[in-house]
Amino acid sequence: MELALSDVRGLSLDLKGIGHAFGATVALDEIDLSVAAGELIALLGPSGCGKTTMLQIIAGFLRPSRGEVRFDGARVEHVPANRRRIGMVFQNYALFPHLTVFENVAYGLRARKTAKNVVAAKVEQMLGLAQMAPFARRLPGELSGGQQQRVALARALAIDPGLVLLDEPFSALDKNLRLDMQIEIKSLLKTFGVTSIIVTHDQEEALSMADRIVVLNKGRIEQIDSPDALYDRPASLFISNFIGHTNLLRGTVTDADRVQLDAGPELDLGRSAQRRRGTPVTISVRPENILFGAERPGAIPVTIRATLPLGAVSVTEGVTASGEAVKVSQARAAGSAKTQAGETAWLTISDVSRVSIFSTPVDELSLHHPRSI
Amino acid sequence: MLPAVPLAALFLAAFVLPLIALVAISLFRTSQFEELSLAQYVRFFSDPFSIKVLTDTIWLGAEVALVTLIIAYPIALVYVASGQLMRTLITFLIMLPLLTSTVVRTFAWIVLLGRDGIINTAMLSLGLWQAPARLLYTWEGMVLALIQIQLPLMALPVINSLLRLDGNLTRAAEGLGASRARIFVTVILPLTLPGAIAGWLLVFAAAATAFITQTLVGGGRIILMASHIYQQAVGVQDWPFSAALSLIFTLAVTGIVFATGALSRRYVRGVDAA
Repeated sequence: MELALSDVRGLSLDLKGIGHAFGATVALDEIDLSVAAGELIALLGPSGCGKTTMLQIIAGFLRPSRGEVRFDGARVEHVPANRRRIGMVFQNYALFPHLTVFENVAYGLRARKTAKNVVAAKVEQMLGLAQMAPFARRLPGELSGGQQQRVALARALAIDPGLVLLDEPFSALDKNLRLDMQIEIKSLLKTFGVTSIIVTHDQEEALSMADRIVVLNKGRIEQIDSPDALYDRPASLFISNFIGHTNLLRGTVTDADRVQLDAGPELDLGRSAQRRRGTPVTISVRPENILFGAERPGAIPVTIRATLPLGAVSVTEGVTASGEAVKVSQARAAGSAKTQAGETAWLTISDVSRVSIFSTPVDELSLHHPRSI
Repeated sequence: MLPAVPLAALFLAAFVLPLIALVAISLFRTSQFEELSLAQYVRFFSDPFSIKVLTDTIWLGAEVALVTLIIAYPIALVYVASGQLMRTLITFLIMLPLLTSTVVRTFAWIVLLGRDGIINTAMLSLGLWQAPARLLYTWEGMVLALIQIQLPLMALPVINSLLRLDGNLTRAAEGLGASRARIFVTVILPLTLPGAIAGWLLVFAAAATAFITQTLVGGGRIILMASHIYQQAVGVQDWPFSAALSLIFTLAVTGIVFATGALSRRYVRGVDAA
């Protein structure tokens, strides 16, 4: 029996004004999000940011205190989880330990009272796509982590879901396997054309998997953007610090386009700082945007603390006169400039247009979005 | 190894030696302890009354254990879904029968079930019953009392295995479209089976051998193994026959316990056995 993949289609998801509170604790506030059919979205944030609550609301395990959830335009807040056409992949995979791989994948189809021959054909197809066909008769306990994850995804996709939710899907895998599985799962989800939402606290995972990333912090959306845009143009100090590595330097606006850094030199932004003179600011410079250079005006003097050879790149950390740590990342091939701990080096920003500027002081980083109760 | 010596000595003196004595006594042909033979066993298996008493007793244990199991699951499901305060309350209510002596609990059932007991008085004064019903000294009354008394033995292992069940498994089943009944039958029940079997065996063994409750609530009309043995030993003074009865009963109960355990190890997959 042949089953075409084309009858599988992602649905569009809209969240409007979603709020949720557990007692007096606000878990989510004013969440607005539109996800197009077939899109792959990552919900990214530190633990306790509300991403799991959001996932549970979308899945239907939790009814939001406020707001609307729409699938293909129709409201579903009152539709129970078992009637939402959602495929879930859990952090620990949640495979039924007493059922074989085949029975696990067949579970959703049997719950829908699908005819026996259709179940068999569909399960075989899914196991084939997930490269798990030889393991159909095994119990989950006899599989490796990566194999269990394939089965979990096959089980979720077998019911022809309009939406697949993945909760920290890679956290239980060891690092070497993780990238392979990310590529494999991303291509499977795209093959099916299913709308997918991945919840993660791992920014690398979000950057590598998602079409768009929703950054959550303290129950609110900080930014929704493509991985590149999020990295290059973070909307807040929180994101600039959370996505990738960055250096945060204190300074004060001295002119329309100039910032006096506490670390020493005055920085020419090459564009308007959009703040009044005298405003204290924090600037964010990515480690790969800094070069070692000669002593000259505008260069930042640092005392080298340590150099870490990390394979493809080497990262050097120095301390400025103002006591701020600065990391410099350079391709190792270009690492002709050997630096010794204790030496003084001069740092130059290679592309000033990629420097972000924020009014938030560094020390308020963890508090800067006060939770409204 | 040394600390095990006193325990082994106690085990030997209090358990192994009496058992050997029991075997020895059962091998005498007459109650005057004359002539070694298997006559007592031949007598048991050719006596329809004794065989009926044995099967009744085993059926009682099985019935009480089954009904207790059916009652224990809803209690356990409510417990697991409850908050801390409610859990403490449920635990207290479940444990309550264990905090009073068997005799006191059994007499409480006599007060409840008697002809002038609370249930009859209440039903009569409400006009629901025309005449007092016979509750005490009936099979059903006895089963009821045993269920209440043995419930903790069932509820605790079932609650324990439900608590160890990963909540994501039921959520996964729900997400895959399963109804609550289906989730219970296909996920919760198979994965909590070790606890259920452990509870079933405990209650089965305890109910089948509950001499005091069987005798006081069941009364003299219902003869079960414990009272049969008691009558043969104390009433008729036929020690060899009552010793044989005791051994047959012990073997029957332990045989069922071991057979159930072996069956469950064979059919329970993917869960740690109880």
